[in-house]
Amino acid sequence: MTDSTLTSLKLRGDAFIAKRRRQLVVAALVFAAVACLPLGIRDVYLQNVLILTLLYAAVSQSWNVLGGYCGQISLGHALYFGIGAYAASVLYVNYDIVPWFGMVVGGVLSAVLAVGLGFMTFRLKGHYFAIATLVIAEIGLVLVHNWDFVGGALGIQWPFGQDSIWTLQFARDKVPYFYFALGLLVVVWLVTYFIENSRWGFWWRAVKDDPEAAESLGVEVFRSKLAAAAVSAFFTAVGGGFYAAFVSYIDPESVMSFRFSLLFALPAVLGGIGTLWGAPLGAAILIPLTEITRSYLGGSGSGLDLIIYGALIMVVALAKPEGLLSLFTRKSGGKA
Amino acid sequence: MTAQALIQVLASGLLMGLIYALIAVGLSLIFGLMDVVNFAHGEFLMIAMYATFGLVLWTTLDPIVVAPFVVGLMFCAGAFVYVAVVRYAMRTKANAGMVQIFSTFGLAILIQGGAQYFFTPDYRSIKTSWLGGHTLDLFGIFLPWPQIYGGLISIAAFAALSLISRTDFGKALEATREDQGAVALVGIDRNKVFAIGWGLGAALVGLAGTVLAIFYYIHPQVGATFGTIAYVTVALGGFGSVFGALVAGIIVGLVEAITALILPPTMKAVGIFALYLAVVFFRPSGLFGKL
Repeated sequence: MTDSTLTSLKLRGDAFIAKRRRQLVVAALVFAAVACLPLGIRDVYLQNVLILTLLYAAVSQSWNVLGGYCGQISLGHALYFGIGAYAASVLYVNYDIVPWFGMVVGGVLSAVLAVGLGFMTFRLKGHYFAIATLVIAEIGLVLVHNWDFVGGALGIQWPFGQDSIWTLQFARDKVPYFYFALGLLVVVWLVTYFIENSRWGFWWRAVKDDPEAAESLGVEVFRSKLAAAAVSAFFTAVGGGFYAAFVSYIDPESVMSFRFSLLFALPAVLGGIGTLWGAPLGAAILIPLTEITRSYLGGSGSGLDLIIYGALIMVVALAKPEGLLSLFTRKSGGKA
Repeated sequence: MTAQALIQVLASGLLMGLIYALIAVGLSLIFGLMDVVNFAHGEFLMIAMYATFGLVLWTTLDPIVVAPFVVGLMFCAGAFVYVAVVRYAMRTKANAGMVQIFSTFGLAILIQGGAQYFFTPDYRSIKTSWLGGHTLDLFGIFLPWPQIYGGLISIAAFAALSLISRTDFGKALEATREDQGAVALVGIDRNKVFAIGWGLGAALVGLAGTVLAIFYYIHPQVGATFGTIAYVTVALGGFGSVFGALVAGIIVGLVEAITALILPPTMKAVGIFALYLAVVFFRPSGLFGKL
């Protein structure tokens, strides 16, 4: 190898490190700006929309780990969200265990379940995989419906209590929820940021692009998928636990229905799958739009909100298959 | 339980299974033709049910009489969806699989919203028809006539499908499935074949819709229930296999009927889903699917 190629390699490496640093700085600025929002927005309804946007951004980013980076399109993430919501609720309501801990319990349960289910489903390809995840989530929904210990079809009501950071109950002021949701998004974003450039990150992208070629180069395809599923399920469940604490009442339909599986995939798909900012960008557009159209147009069950929602999904999927993020990024790397 | 009761359960399961097969086969046909899963398949069924309901109300004819019109309408609707949506979804290079899934999902939500907007979320049913409410007493086994009619229609449709493969169009369909590029060389318009394939798929599920409308409630979410069963049926039988859809449909109907005996009625879907998972675990491409 000549000196000049070594120098150019080193230069490219430096540019890469600089780019990674820049991403961190941009993230810090964006999150800091978002953190200031509650100072200006005092309206409780708008605060609710913001909290949901941040929450779905975080959960969609978790979905993105498996669906975007690793290329395994799950249409059943509502299962993990539900497990998180139920774990936090059952532990808090029945055993007085703080939701902080319940969320983590739900996360670990979900991660273990995701690995177990992965043994069954990761042999399936393409549409077969997507449909299997959908069916498994449906089974989970039916089981929870018929499981009296967790409240069956009636669900679980969180008791009214003192506002407290420990129990994550804030009846008067929604702002603490906002910061918790933002914190969750920052954590998930950082996890993706660091994994993106770890060995797993490279393996996942290899598995997504061409599993056979990856396998032949020594990538452990099956284990890669299991790892992605575990990380993805863990954070989805944590989001579910937070959601339960936030809404204070859950039933099977309100945390585990198929609607949610779609809602976790869509922001990432709209924004751009397998990217750091796709899911947050998608959520920032999709969630306020659907929440606001729902409260203004869908209140009477007229269906207009669904028409807009469906049309939006179609138009973006067809017009910008790479996701909206591609509008903002230059073709990065250039000659590289 | 007596043998008679068991036969009763199996016979109803078989009839329902034939109807499930008819719902699912269009989905399988389209996938076999062009590797696209239509996630709005259940919504096609819902449209056909509303169309039947509307025509019956308007013309005061029997659902069986209006069925051919509904099927024709659904053929046009299917071809239209291909031309207006799916054709574009197939053109994309980036994230092709994802675009297909989400563009048809978006369509499904749009159709549901449209149904809610125009017809309200109310449950509707066809009050009077020749078959509705009548049962056949076969040596002490009671079978509802609408289901018998549905089973017969389904058998007829599958027989017709097996004949189609002998016609010129059937051969064009088969050739396009084999090699999309080569058929252009012999003068087959790929887009036309695909559009007709979508029309045919929608017409088949539409036919099932005209049957279901006789004895099932019609509402904007009805497609979701049957849609999930259709995906399971097709995945169980093997995507792209017409014969697989028939066998899997019957299996699904029978398993559902037996599950309803053992588990509480709210859990009747669990049996089907568990069976499906068990099968794809051992045969990832379904019973009759090509890998």
